[in-house]
Amino acid sequence: MLINFIEQLINGLRTGSIYALIAIGYTMVYGIAKMINFAHGDIIMVGAYALYFSISVLGLPVPVALVITVIVCAVLGVVIEKVAYKPLRSAPPLAVLITAIGMSFFLQSASLLIFGSTPIPFQSVIPNVNISVGPVVISSITVVTLIVTAIAMILLTLFVNKTKMGSAMRAVSEDKGAAELMGINVNSTISLTFAIGSALAAVAGVLYICQYQSMKPTLGALPGIKAFVAAVLGGIGSIPGAMLGGILLGLIESVSKAYISTELADAIVFGVLIVVLLFRPSGLLGKKKIVKV
Amino acid sequence: MKVNKKTIINIVIMLLAYALVFVLINSGVLSRQYKSLIVPICVNIMLAVSLNLVTGFLGELSLGHAGFMSIGAYSSALISIALSNTLPPALAFFIALLCGGILAAFFGFIIGVPVLRLRGDYLAIVTLAFGEIIKSIINYLKFTGGSKGLSKIPLYSDYRNFTVVFIITVITIVLISNLINSRDGRAIKSIRDNDIAAESIGINISKYKVSAFVIAAGFAGIAGALYAHNVGIIKPSIFDYNKSIEILVFVVLGGMGNIPGSIISAIILTLLPEFLRGADNLRMLLYAIVLIVMMIFNNSKFKSSLSLNKTFRKLGKEE
Repeated sequence: MLINFIEQLINGLRTGSIYALIAIGYTMVYGIAKMINFAHGDIIMVGAYALYFSISVLGLPVPVALVITVIVCAVLGVVIEKVAYKPLRSAPPLAVLITAIGMSFFLQSASLLIFGSTPIPFQSVIPNVNISVGPVVISSITVVTLIVTAIAMILLTLFVNKTKMGSAMRAVSEDKGAAELMGINVNSTISLTFAIGSALAAVAGVLYICQYQSMKPTLGALPGIKAFVAAVLGGIGSIPGAMLGGILLGLIESVSKAYISTELADAIVFGVLIVVLLFRPSGLLGKKKIVKV
Repeated sequence: MKVNKKTIINIVIMLLAYALVFVLINSGVLSRQYKSLIVPICVNIMLAVSLNLVTGFLGELSLGHAGFMSIGAYSSALISIALSNTLPPALAFFIALLCGGILAAFFGFIIGVPVLRLRGDYLAIVTLAFGEIIKSIINYLKFTGGSKGLSKIPLYSDYRNFTVVFIITVITIVLISNLINSRDGRAIKSIRDNDIAAESIGINISKYKVSAFVIAAGFAGIAGALYAHNVGIIKPSIFDYNKSIEILVFVVLGGMGNIPGSIISAIILTLLPEFLRGADNLRMLLYAIVLIVMMIFNNSKFKSSLSLNKTFRKLGKEE
């Protein structure tokens, strides 16, 4: 019973860390561009297909394929921003939101046209071995997921807090106009944010596909929405918040799947979102915003 | 005087549309394929017009419209299955329709409460979450048939009963457009344009926001009920996120805040897949491109220069 519970917690930690990686992308983009990048979830899907394409079709070795996957997603993120979001920077939020939904739809239907709707099986690039720690059995994929997520988060935190580009990023998210006056190139900072967010989504996509080993064009939609829930739970705009929110959400989902009902797990996750938004709209670690006239 | 003229024109258009469809159905020009599209067109018009009330006139994005539709569809289907042996079909259908609409409106009220605290992006996400919650609950429950769906719903609102469907659609359009042109409608539009200013001149924002959501949800529920009695089998997967987006595409293509636009785009986009038969994937791609291009075009310099141009000024009159 206890062992089962610990295993559920570890499963939750694994899903949660994937959510956290995706949620960081949402939260960074929201912080800097004040928009929900709905297409972010579908970048995971593009990452999964890019990995599949470079390994199974092009026959590249795994490390090269991984690098290509990350680059493809980062470039895609920047291109999406330039093509769809940049012309709308001064447009009303509703217009930007609809464009983002359109973009998400576009990526899904484009990959549906290219790869078809039949799920493609995919062999995990991480060798799957079970490791037993005492009575608890953990798969190697889980271990790799946790390590990769931890490294990515540490690197990102260092980047945002210690480097010059990181502080430019924080400055732009604080006040775009003032940052521009200080000589920060706002456009390239926004592009950089999209690139980093999408690269993290690519990593999440690789980890996700190693776990589920089958892909279809809509695979990114649900984790994308859940990661968004995680970002809101942690307080949108806050990177530590996204990490915390992601992991919490993973735990909630895994526990409710194991002990309540598989069908209702999604409903519970979204229910959490609604409750959080009603009682603490700024999330767990988010800052309170006051609307001025 | 001007209003009267407009009303007469609208009535004439309505009668012509009815006569046209009536002739098309009864003369045998239409194949079965096209006849079966007539009710879905009406359903989509109702969905588009009701979503336009929330998105176009209130200015809040709702991504859970398919959720309201599914509530209407399921509740009406369950009621009319239960009543099918005791009451005459027309009466059972109307009771089911009414209950579907009222129940969906009730859920619209429940969703309307978070609306008071949230706006913009957050609200869109809550409505999306709501749609997903409804879907998974319907999937979970036993009496809704779970993921296998609900079948053997009496087929009342098919093209043979077109007149009934047409009248319901017209009632929807008339009610919503009258609402928009009334004092309440102007209050709703003022919230869209500037909610703080609206509040400062004494408009009860909470009341109007919730009532717009309730009304839109109610009509979506009725549309769902018509849909259920048209196809006979409903599954939770029909009312997913994509369906909500599809309704949004109708609204966006027709023009947010423009009722005739919603009607026309709902008609065109329901018929279009029939002409693009076998290219269903292309349809989705087309929807996506429509959303992106319309938004960029609406906010581009190109459009603002067009609306300053004398020749095109008439086209942009509504803005």
